[in-house]
Amino acid sequence: MSEPASTAATTTYREALREALRDALRADERVFLMGEDVGRYGGSFGVSRGLLDEFGPERIRDAPLSESAFVGAGVGAALGDLRPIVEVMTVNFSMLALDQIVNTAASLSHMSGGQFHVPLVVRMTTGGGRQLAAQHSHSLEAWYAHVPGLRVLAPATIDDARWMLGAALDDPDPVIIFEHGSLYGMEGEPWEESPVRPIDLEHAVVRRAGRDVTLIASSQSVHVALAAAEVLVADGVEAEVVDLRVLRPLDGATIVESVTRTHRAVVVDEGWRSVGLSAEVSARIMEGAFYELDAPVERVCTLEVPLPYPKHLEDAALPQPQRVVDAVHAMGLGG
Amino acid sequence: MSANGHALAHLRDMVRIRRLEERCIELYSAGEIRGFMHVYIGEEAIAVGAMQALGPEDNVVATYREHGHALARGIPTRAILAEMLGRVEGSSRGRGGSMHLFDAQRRFFGGNAIVGGGLPLAAGLALATRMRGEDRATVCFFGEGAAAEGEFHETLNLAALWRLPVLFLCENNLYAMGTALERSQAQTDLALRASTYAMPAWSVDGMDVEAVARAVDEQVATIRGGGGPCFLEAKTYRFRAHSMYDPDLYRSKEEIARWKQRDPLDLHAAALRAAGLLDDDAFAAIETDAAAELDDAVAYARQGQLEPVEELERFVVSERVLR
Repeated sequence: MSEPASTAATTTYREALREALRDALRADERVFLMGEDVGRYGGSFGVSRGLLDEFGPERIRDAPLSESAFVGAGVGAALGDLRPIVEVMTVNFSMLALDQIVNTAASLSHMSGGQFHVPLVVRMTTGGGRQLAAQHSHSLEAWYAHVPGLRVLAPATIDDARWMLGAALDDPDPVIIFEHGSLYGMEGEPWEESPVRPIDLEHAVVRRAGRDVTLIASSQSVHVALAAAEVLVADGVEAEVVDLRVLRPLDGATIVESVTRTHRAVVVDEGWRSVGLSAEVSARIMEGAFYELDAPVERVCTLEVPLPYPKHLEDAALPQPQRVVDAVHAMGLGG
Repeated sequence: MSANGHALAHLRDMVRIRRLEERCIELYSAGEIRGFMHVYIGEEAIAVGAMQALGPEDNVVATYREHGHALARGIPTRAILAEMLGRVEGSSRGRGGSMHLFDAQRRFFGGNAIVGGGLPLAAGLALATRMRGEDRATVCFFGEGAAAEGEFHETLNLAALWRLPVLFLCENNLYAMGTALERSQAQTDLALRASTYAMPAWSVDGMDVEAVARAVDEQVATIRGGGGPCFLEAKTYRFRAHSMYDPDLYRSKEEIARWKQRDPLDLHAAALRAAGLLDDDAFAAIETDAAAELDDAVAYARQGQLEPVEELERFVVSERVLR
């Protein structure tokens, strides 16, 4: 909320998210936004600012601090043929609604023999880097990506922030969208006005082509990987960066295809190393490209601590470009 | 149907539920039904008394002790038994079993086996009704154990705040599995607790089907009239153990026997006899019909198909397209 207003030539991740909401609300009267402080406050991270005036309190619905009840109400409203977008302030708070998401939203279609489906979108903030300490900063995307019945999206770019929501609303099943708190203020070129349709909610994409090593990341970590790739240029290393975009279903084919060309992989993930997304990606590489590897897969993850408040400690815990560079050097490239 | 006809229908439905579940216990003992199975024996008056107030447009959310609600809602006995036997012909293709009966056509939203988990869902269904300008009541059944869950408090507040058309119907059978109400909840007056969320909150004798019917009729009328949510506690007792696994060590035989003296079937049959609406022949006919319905349904379920393993992963992702 403190970033300078974007100029006409650029926009922000936050503005892209807001425009996606506005677009969805205009396109279908069944769409509504519900969550803590989405209305009068304007969204705890400012994403929905101004929408209350345009769409009114029925459709920009401030909810009590009852995550389980309002996420569950989103499930029920979806069953009642509305198209709810539920905002949960942070992934840490979403733990209070985990039952409704996992036991009900994700399970209902299968356990009812396909009779019911839950076209629910849940948006939540994830990630660290803002000195918000141990109960507002974690990256628990992998918890959701573990669960059959959910689609899990992690927009890392302004274009994905702009276009993923509308496609998520067209999905008959529950979709979780992770917005990284450090990306809200990210400035960039205006979004593509005429994207390829349908919007792709299946595939990872190569954000930077390279021949020597594949850096696999999602969300904010894509930007860590891209920064590392720039540093590595000076060492004569051309790193490819794969943005996962979709954490479930995970696009193993794009990962394997890239690693088959580069023969080396570093997974960059803001989740913890143990039993997380980086472990899954590493396993997919082992399953699909084992004989292509010239070195063991490296992982750069958040250190296994609850994220601390002081900046120097938080920085030390989170993946940084230099750690990625060091990991690539350790594989015998550059350095 | 006349009032007398309704009263007889209530007896018939309670008998059908009782005999269904007695048959389920036999099938369980024979190994044809597995998993967790929770029977409703002793509590039939609540589902029957409540469901008569609803039309096909209304929504029902139930718990894992929902065989009676499913039958009273009109889900065919065949589909219920086929589900219990895990057959494709079951109400959930056999995938849910006893705890997860579903029927989209009859707006029966389960079959929820997370205590308190159905309350937010019911509020959401009611929110959809409100926002779409539809005329639907949502009735959400849950046990008194759910009143200890956060969802109870979160959802009652949310529903009252938004004046949602939902009836929270608490079936207080006094035990959350083996934990007595007074051993787990500081304030045992559940209607009093619900009333603090600014909604009409009543208690009713859950062993008296006509008393339940009158209370639900009135509260559903309030809901339909835009009066916001209501809460109803139906005081009842389960005559059987919590589930087929439960050795029932936490209640005295005397207590169970005392409650069985107020068996809702016996009470209602006696009232009908006293009013001259029921004689031995009529009662025998109800029993004969119920037995024949069950014989047919058990045979149907046994002849049902097991879902091919190749279809195991169907419906994890919906096969339909929206809009």
